[in-house]
Amino acid sequence: MPDQPLLDVRDLRVSFRTRQGSVTVVDGLSFSVAPGEILGVVGESGSGKSVSMLAVLRLLTSPNVTVEGEVRFRGRNLLTLPDKEMRAVRGREIAMVFQDPMTALTPVYTVGWQIAEQIRAHEKVSRKEAHARAVGLLSDVGIPDAASRANAYPHEFSGGMRQRAVIAMALSCGPALLIADEPTTALDVTVQAQILDLMRELNAQGSAVVLITHDMGVISQIADRVLVMYGGRAAEEGPRRAVFHGPRHPYTWGLLDSVPRVGGPRLRRLPTIAGMPVAPGNLPDGCAFAPRCRLRHDRCEERPALRDFGDSAHRDACWLPDDNRASLRLTSRAAATDVPDMEREATP
Amino acid sequence: MLRFIVKRFASALLVMFAISVLVFLIFFATPGVDPAARIAGRNADPATLAQVRHSFGLDRPMPVRYLLMMRHLLINRDLESFVNRGSRVIPQIVQATPVTLSLVVGAALIWMTAGIVMGTAAAALRGKAADPLIMLVGVVGVSLPAYWLGEVVNLITQKQLHSSVFSWVPPPGYVGLDHPGQWALHLLFPWLTLALLYAGIYARLLRGEVVTALNEDYVRTARAKGLSERRILIRHALRCSLIPIVSLFGLDFGALVGGAALLTEVVFGLPGIGKLTFDALQNLDLPVIMGTVLYAAFFVVLANALVDILYARLDPRARHA
Repeated sequence: MPDQPLLDVRDLRVSFRTRQGSVTVVDGLSFSVAPGEILGVVGESGSGKSVSMLAVLRLLTSPNVTVEGEVRFRGRNLLTLPDKEMRAVRGREIAMVFQDPMTALTPVYTVGWQIAEQIRAHEKVSRKEAHARAVGLLSDVGIPDAASRANAYPHEFSGGMRQRAVIAMALSCGPALLIADEPTTALDVTVQAQILDLMRELNAQGSAVVLITHDMGVISQIADRVLVMYGGRAAEEGPRRAVFHGPRHPYTWGLLDSVPRVGGPRLRRLPTIAGMPVAPGNLPDGCAFAPRCRLRHDRCEERPALRDFGDSAHRDACWLPDDNRASLRLTSRAAATDVPDMEREATP
Repeated sequence: MLRFIVKRFASALLVMFAISVLVFLIFFATPGVDPAARIAGRNADPATLAQVRHSFGLDRPMPVRYLLMMRHLLINRDLESFVNRGSRVIPQIVQATPVTLSLVVGAALIWMTAGIVMGTAAAALRGKAADPLIMLVGVVGVSLPAYWLGEVVNLITQKQLHSSVFSWVPPPGYVGLDHPGQWALHLLFPWLTLALLYAGIYARLLRGEVVTALNEDYVRTARAKGLSERRILIRHALRCSLIPIVSLFGLDFGALVGGAALLTEVVFGLPGIGKLTFDALQNLDLPVIMGTVLYAAFFVVLANALVDILYARLDPRARHA
């Protein structure tokens, strides 16, 4: 292996105890993140993206959650680390940014104070020094007049500003890995682009990034590698170019086809993936996507493993024949567009 | 800030005026109630009644009587009790105030400390055996009325175990602050009795607030920052949960200072505002009632204003509203 992965997750399994019994939401997920790389994690709501990342940082605090598997970060298994050492990892080595910036900050403290608090939790610096660094970070993430804005409260910031502040906080200790859970979902499109730029800059400074999103467009702009999740399992993973130009899993096809293309043919209705996302706790024994797949066959009763086909970086979990995926995709798309209300509009 | 104070002061005056009119009307405009008959005693002949009416000013028109009473109460400050002739209202209130303040401030310190510690501990230990146990203590505290608990405490400390364990407990009564040791000793059981009731309520309330706060996104952020659980609990979850508690505290405190600690005062023989009001009500002694009611109204309004100021200090979101 050329370089040791920064984060190496093996067979991660997260289950919740509920009244209806145990529900598995992440089911044997394995992936790794190399130093300095941007990994995009995509999937529909409920596919286990967020939960698996929260599990990596041990932020699932409910007593009804069981996390199994192995999460190796710089060689140490985070799942068995003593609480105190885990705290030293959180915020300093691995930082996390959450989806909703409106509620992510404690309402009663100033933004600068909250950033300084994190710095002081990990480094022996004076209050004043920590505050000065917080101001510097806020200015780095593009908050104008940072010196006075640092003394503002979260409710005095707009959504985009708050997300910047949260990112500034995440960057405060120079983490080796940033996990961003849908950081742009709650924001305007223009602000989204700015936040993505910020991620790129951070990445250029050497941090690896795991970017969770359901937006293929975001992934296509920024990710080095892509992990497609479905039903708590990995459906496909590979370098961005390979996944976008030669997607192999029918679920990835569906995700890509449901994104409208600028300049492409105008569709009266965007293609959708038929059916509903699989409910955790109701996972089929075989391929999780089989019930919604147009190309399912008998083999799909059996659970497919993530396999590569020559190119070791691009792997997927599907029983379809290795070659010929591109033509199968066209067949499947044709079958989908046969539906009368999806007929194409004539483009001028 | 100045505008706020002026506004508050004006509204306090308005509230106190309305209350004084109401109290006055209840006494003098209620059909069948004749203060003169009460003052003159049973079976007084018409001549005595007329004389009483005249000497107490009860034969003047109602608005004049109201204004006269207010002038004596607030401006001349020489309004006299109907029942104990010669004893003035204002000095009585002035005398009773430190007693009530001593009782309520001490009890408030105890119940706030106990309530916050119990509520936070229960929230932090939710799902464990200690949580329902702490809350059970809270329920018991809420369920014991002061007049009952106070009597039981008196029975135990003054009679049953007075010769052994509780020989150090002084007889019921109040000792001024010029003897701090005796002052505290005399007030110890009244404090505990009054505090137990409120500690239970506050602990339960705070537990709910903290549990809610612990599920907020900002607590998850705090965890992701690598803060310790203790810091997350106290600096983030508890800090945000205190906001509603403080507003409740202001109201309770104001009411207690205004005389709502009546039961505790009566049980422990403390000559405070509550006791004064209680005695005045029993004798239908209007001037004293008027004085204590206005005093109570003043404290409730004042407490409300203080809560608003404190609220803005605690919650930056409320500052510009």
